[in-house]
Amino acid sequence: MWDYTDRVMDHFHSPRNVGRIDEPDGVGHVGSLACGDALTLMFKLGADGRISEAKFQTFGCASAIASSSVLTEMMLGMTVDEAEKITNQEIAARLGGLPEQKMHCSVMGREALEAAIHNYRTGEPGVAKSHEGHERIVCQCFGVSEGEILRVARENNLSSVEQVTHYCKAGGACGKCRDDIGALLRQVMDERQPAAPTAAKPLTNLQKIRLIEEVIERDIRPLLLRDGGDLELVDVVGDRVVIAFRGLCAGCASASLTREGVVQAKLREFVSPELVVVEEKA
Amino acid sequence: MSRTVYLDNNATTAVAPEVLEAMLPFFCDQYGNPSSMHSFGGQVGRAVENARASVAGLLGADPSEIIFTSCGSEADNHAILGAVEAMGPQTVVITSRVEHPAVLEPCRILRERGHKVLPIGVDGVGQLDLQELAAALMEPGPKFVSIMWANNETGVVFPLQEVARMVKAADGVLHTDAVQAIGKLDVDLSRLPVDLLALSGHKIHAPKGVGALYVRRGTRLNSFLHGGHQERGRRAGTENVPGIVGLGAAAALAREELGAESRRQAELRDRLEEGLLRTCPDTRINGDRRQRLPNTTNISFEFIEGEAILYHLSDAGVCASSGSACTSGTLEPSHVIRAMGVPFTAVHGSIRFSLSRYNTAADIDRVLEVMPGIVNKLRALSPFVK
Repeated sequence: MWDYTDRVMDHFHSPRNVGRIDEPDGVGHVGSLACGDALTLMFKLGADGRISEAKFQTFGCASAIASSSVLTEMMLGMTVDEAEKITNQEIAARLGGLPEQKMHCSVMGREALEAAIHNYRTGEPGVAKSHEGHERIVCQCFGVSEGEILRVARENNLSSVEQVTHYCKAGGACGKCRDDIGALLRQVMDERQPAAPTAAKPLTNLQKIRLIEEVIERDIRPLLLRDGGDLELVDVVGDRVVIAFRGLCAGCASASLTREGVVQAKLREFVSPELVVVEEKA
Repeated sequence: MSRTVYLDNNATTAVAPEVLEAMLPFFCDQYGNPSSMHSFGGQVGRAVENARASVAGLLGADPSEIIFTSCGSEADNHAILGAVEAMGPQTVVITSRVEHPAVLEPCRILRERGHKVLPIGVDGVGQLDLQELAAALMEPGPKFVSIMWANNETGVVFPLQEVARMVKAADGVLHTDAVQAIGKLDVDLSRLPVDLLALSGHKIHAPKGVGALYVRRGTRLNSFLHGGHQERGRRAGTENVPGIVGLGAAAALAREELGAESRRQAELRDRLEEGLLRTCPDTRINGDRRQRLPNTTNISFEFIEGEAILYHLSDAGVCASSGSACTSGTLEPSHVIRAMGVPFTAVHGSIRFSLSRYNTAADIDRVLEVMPGIVNKLRALSPFVK
């Protein structure tokens, strides 16, 4: 079995925002039955220009369903311009990570989102760019274009053909295009040479704080409430997260265990492994 | 956690308690080396020979024709590489498109070594194309044929009697991967001119780590492991005595129960199939329902994906397997299901249930109870269901 995180399994078992929207503002379709996974993503804008409704239908494995589900949660409340900036790494990160062989599920989510935004802006059908046909298709089996391969390699800092296959499926069937993919990969790695290799784009402070708040709300507070406790986010200074315990947690003998084992562990899992959680000094 | 309903017996089986009991003395008490020149080792050697006689009995073979191996895959590798090497560089290799990787990979290696390798196709229900086989057998030069007896994914049983007749008429050597057939079908090699046959212990309630290769007397076969006189010099290495004793006990058990168990399991399997076809629309059976192992069914649930089905089944305590891309370890669905030309709406949603002597009617009821809900839940998510 795959080593899926609890969040992947949660979204798989209880997918959010399943279905279709009547008169959507944007619709994106990617994948196919033949490829083994497919996603239809729809959204509708509210009067304030923010995404007020997002729905999906997915044919695919547990991680494909979870990636689609979490994506709809992420989109809600965003403007189209904000949603457009969602990366596949962010989708995977919100799930607490995906096995590398399953990263293509997060890429499928990002592609469907872009396709839906394209449909919203132009009125043209929302299909993934790689399937439009005016780009060179490198992987015939899965219909993956040169542009898509270059993009996942750049955005995810990939360095092997195998990784490219894990992220966008290219090269995963007959294997005839693997040399081609290798050449594209060398091109991307040459571009990378001057700068030191960097990992995924770091979150801005604002994004970080928002994410911390969300994780507290969704993953931490319910646990504390169950035991009659609560907590408050006081401040975020760099990677230092200052909190204050409330209710039964305040003054509880095992509060420091809760701080490290629950609050810090969850925030490290879902926001950033660098975070250090401290309690506010009275 | 609910009770485990294990319906993945083509993957592996539980060790039977009577098998374990037979093995236990050979760990701490009778631990001698069968090759030693003392009676402490000698008595262990006799236990190995008894096991050999038992396996030979199940196959209708002579004990001298049995080599113990570490697994079914080793037996297949040994048979294919060892026989073709002995037959010479001009040998044409004929196999099927739906073999286990333990056969496909050695054949690929032989192709790299310069042998002509001809893979024979199957029809829509997974039956071997005998006309294509006949044409391949017309090739000039010595011919080595490796055709499985029964398919691990679909349970489809190939007409081995007919295959053997054709191969012998062409003066070829015939190997069969019988890992799934043993213990489920009547096998009598005294009446079936197969030259080599591979079997595995853990598919018939012996432990993992033991298998056997049948080598008909007079078959030329190069040895595979070198450095010892064991197994008449054909497979070096100190014998896995507890495993071999376990395989002997499992073979005796299989021989005793074969007919009755086959009928019982086929009844349960048919009930499962009929129930699923009745309660889950857009569902199809993959494979030849007339020529099939009694314990296996392979069912495609259209418009949904196998891994997702397996995770939901697992939550309900039901163990099965799938030929979907996400579970095959590659990005492509099962080569067996594809070779059969199963429509692409159904390829990714194929689920295999495989039974053993330990399954009961209650197990089947459990699957029938949970499956419609799982299928409905996933179809509600699928963009292909309108």
